[in-house]
Amino acid sequence: MASELSFVRDKMLPPSAPPVREAGAVKWLRENLFSGPFNTTLTILGIVVIYMIISASLPWWLNSVWNAGSLAECRDIVIASAGEGATGACWAMIRERWHQFIFGFYPPDQYWRPVLAFGLLVAALAPVLFAGQKKNMSIILGVVAVFLVVTLGLAGAPVGAWIATLGLLGGMLALAQVQPGKLLWFTALFPALCFWLLWGGSVWVPIVALMGFAVMGVAYTALVARLGPTGSALIAVFLALLWWLFIDVPLTQVIDGMMPWGLVSVDSDQFGGFLLAITIGVTAITFSLPIGILLALGRQSDMLIVKTLCVGFIEFIRGVPLITLLFTASLLLQYFLPPNTNFDIILRVIILVTLFAAAYLAEVIRGGLAALPSGQYEAADALGLDYWRAQRLIILPQALKISIPSIVSTFIGLFKDTTLVAFVGLMDPLKGVTQIVRADINWKGIYWEPYIFVGAIFFVICFGMSRYSMHLERKLKTDHR
Amino acid sequence: MAVASDVPKESFRLSMLIYDTRYRSITIQLFVLVLFALFLAWLLNNTAVNLATRGKEFNFGFLWQRAGYDIGQQLIPYTNDSTHFRALLVGLMNTLVVAILGCVLATILGVIVGVLRLSKNWLVSRLMTVYVEMFRNIPLLLWILLSYVILSETTPQPRDFRVTDEMAAAGEAPAATMMLWDTVAVTNRGTNIPSPLFDRGLGSLDIGFMTLNLTTLAYLAVIFGSIWVNHRILTAARTQQETTGDRPVTWWKSVLVLLGPVIALSVALGLHMEVPALTGFNFQGGILVAHSFTALVIALALYTAAFIAEIVRSGILAISRGQSEAAFALGLRPGRTMNLIILPQALRVIIPPLISQYLNLTKNTSLGIAVSYLDLRGTLGGITLNQTGRELECMLLMMLIYLTISLIISALMNLYNTSVQIKAR
Repeated sequence: MASELSFVRDKMLPPSAPPVREAGAVKWLRENLFSGPFNTTLTILGIVVIYMIISASLPWWLNSVWNAGSLAECRDIVIASAGEGATGACWAMIRERWHQFIFGFYPPDQYWRPVLAFGLLVAALAPVLFAGQKKNMSIILGVVAVFLVVTLGLAGAPVGAWIATLGLLGGMLALAQVQPGKLLWFTALFPALCFWLLWGGSVWVPIVALMGFAVMGVAYTALVARLGPTGSALIAVFLALLWWLFIDVPLTQVIDGMMPWGLVSVDSDQFGGFLLAITIGVTAITFSLPIGILLALGRQSDMLIVKTLCVGFIEFIRGVPLITLLFTASLLLQYFLPPNTNFDIILRVIILVTLFAAAYLAEVIRGGLAALPSGQYEAADALGLDYWRAQRLIILPQALKISIPSIVSTFIGLFKDTTLVAFVGLMDPLKGVTQIVRADINWKGIYWEPYIFVGAIFFVICFGMSRYSMHLERKLKTDHR
Repeated sequence: MAVASDVPKESFRLSMLIYDTRYRSITIQLFVLVLFALFLAWLLNNTAVNLATRGKEFNFGFLWQRAGYDIGQQLIPYTNDSTHFRALLVGLMNTLVVAILGCVLATILGVIVGVLRLSKNWLVSRLMTVYVEMFRNIPLLLWILLSYVILSETTPQPRDFRVTDEMAAAGEAPAATMMLWDTVAVTNRGTNIPSPLFDRGLGSLDIGFMTLNLTTLAYLAVIFGSIWVNHRILTAARTQQETTGDRPVTWWKSVLVLLGPVIALSVALGLHMEVPALTGFNFQGGILVAHSFTALVIALALYTAAFIAEIVRSGILAISRGQSEAAFALGLRPGRTMNLIILPQALRVIIPPLISQYLNLTKNTSLGIAVSYLDLRGTLGGITLNQTGRELECMLLMMLIYLTISLIISALMNLYNTSVQIKAR
């Protein structure tokens, strides 16, 4: 009898639904936007700000005009379509002048050369940036191939260049599947190729200059067994210097006289826009990292004189604005160099920007070196490694990994600073080209559009760099906390 | 019994200079020193030869010649009859005033943005992220140019402010109106702001090489005096708190001491504001602040604030959660937790990068050249350089001045760092 009246439930009740305010969107809103009087005020303020921005700018964006010959024409079109008092963006200016923003005064029939150089730059960077990631590398090479096929066609590249590019990229794609490490050779050869593509001239100039490196390599391998690494390196560098100083120029002339192959040469003052910014930025980034590492090691060194020199150099460069250094490049180098030497202004600017970035990098890397526990140095010593081996195998990989975020933000700063070359008369995209466009009678009084266009491109590049640094940090993370 | 034989006395061989670690560092350093000396000699020799071929000599005498150009914004008296040195000083003052104003504004904005970015409010933190990313990833030059262009091309002309009789009769409003209770007018020529005037000013004192404005000096003396007295009051309060446990109420004393004397001095000197007013075709009275100055300050403040916000955010994040939990476990209220536990530790992380941002801002003021702001680079490195043709002297002097400013700031930073360093035992 009692067993029929069971007081123990033998089935679970289904869980009841949570109260409305504790679930779904309502809960999220309550917790994230309206959790208290202060937060609610902030939210309302935020909404008001967003509303103000959108209500002020949305019609302007929606009324954009892409087809017009001048700013006045743009405004007429906007008023005709959207009524009196309406505002609208005049992207027709970008449509008409985009090539100046990208290439400056580079000869239009040669546009395929910077385009090709840019595509190959990405292809050359892929093996470095995505070392060991076969899939990413192949994707990038594929994208570059498609990009170049289309753009080279549009820019009217000669068929030979088109076929050579396709062959090169196809070969690289195939190599990426088999031996991705070997692609670094292309990266190593790329600077010479890029120089030749951009500035043009005889094809033998970069080839003969590269042969100097070949001389260095051959001399080193021949001598290293007999003289040891230090001595043979010294002799190899000496031989290469001899090659560049005495053999390079005459040999180039002789070969060029026999086989005058080359491209139309383009002067530095025809460079401009993002072509200039990227040329300066990429070159300076490439060279500033090794110099920065050396400076940082010098600053950490026990040798008093080396340390003093490095500290003096770093503090001097960091203490003065970049503009003064650029003016040094344009005004003072003529005093410091032997009389009647005069070399290219872009090269001078690149050297100064490189030194500038190197000083900042040195401080960043010094931070990484200082952050390493001294046990790492002692362990390297205990293993009997000499100074350079210890640095290369133990200290620097860890120190550089620690300082990746700061290194990349220094690079971003450097790339943004390439706009300052406008002050020494080069045509950067921001001040140089925009000023030319705004000085045109047709586009006088236009200001939002060029700055938005240039700013957006800078934003994409810099933001991309900072995202890549986050990716790299995650990839290199070895602690398993 | 084995006897340890002495190490054979070694003789010095030349190869030991490279292969013996005892001598190697000396060899390398000597080598570097010689190379450096050769490099310096080469540079100096080139410079001497180049100067000689150009028929120039290296001296700074030109600094005492008549400058002959006008400077729009001058904090110390200057006319085009003044010397180049005077122009240099005016430029330096202009650099410093932009730097100081920019630092103050950037800090205020940066701290607010940094804290709001950590807020639990989803919308606000996203908005702040957008702001920070936008300003960090776009060159400063763009912000300077854009603010300058907007200020000088979209603001009304002075005549738009005029109210004619017909308009008054028809009840029409003028095309533009002044802001802040009719005291500030933004026109395409600049911003007109009220200027302080004194009925009974103290005049100025000529002490040979420069004139001192006694009114300014009086204000400075009073302000520093009040700060010192306030400091004494707070110290006394702290002493009393430490001996008796009771902290006396001091806030009204502080307010009185800090504000009272300044107000009294202003009344005594007859301080009043001269408000700009439209007469004829332009505004008269008050101070005309050039747009180049405003644009430079706005752009520098907005740009640097984005970096400062990141520094503040990472500084607060660097303090582990255990610290605030421990403070709560001790029974401290949230406000005191912030003041006594979190902030002192966060500041230790925040201050060094913050100061290097101040340094960057100071150096970035040289971008004022983009909007023709006559700062140090504009006067000494710009017009003076072009007029006298002395590139070498002007550039060296300018670098030296910037370097001195930077070194002073970093010396202050090092001083601060050593004072707040965790004392390791």
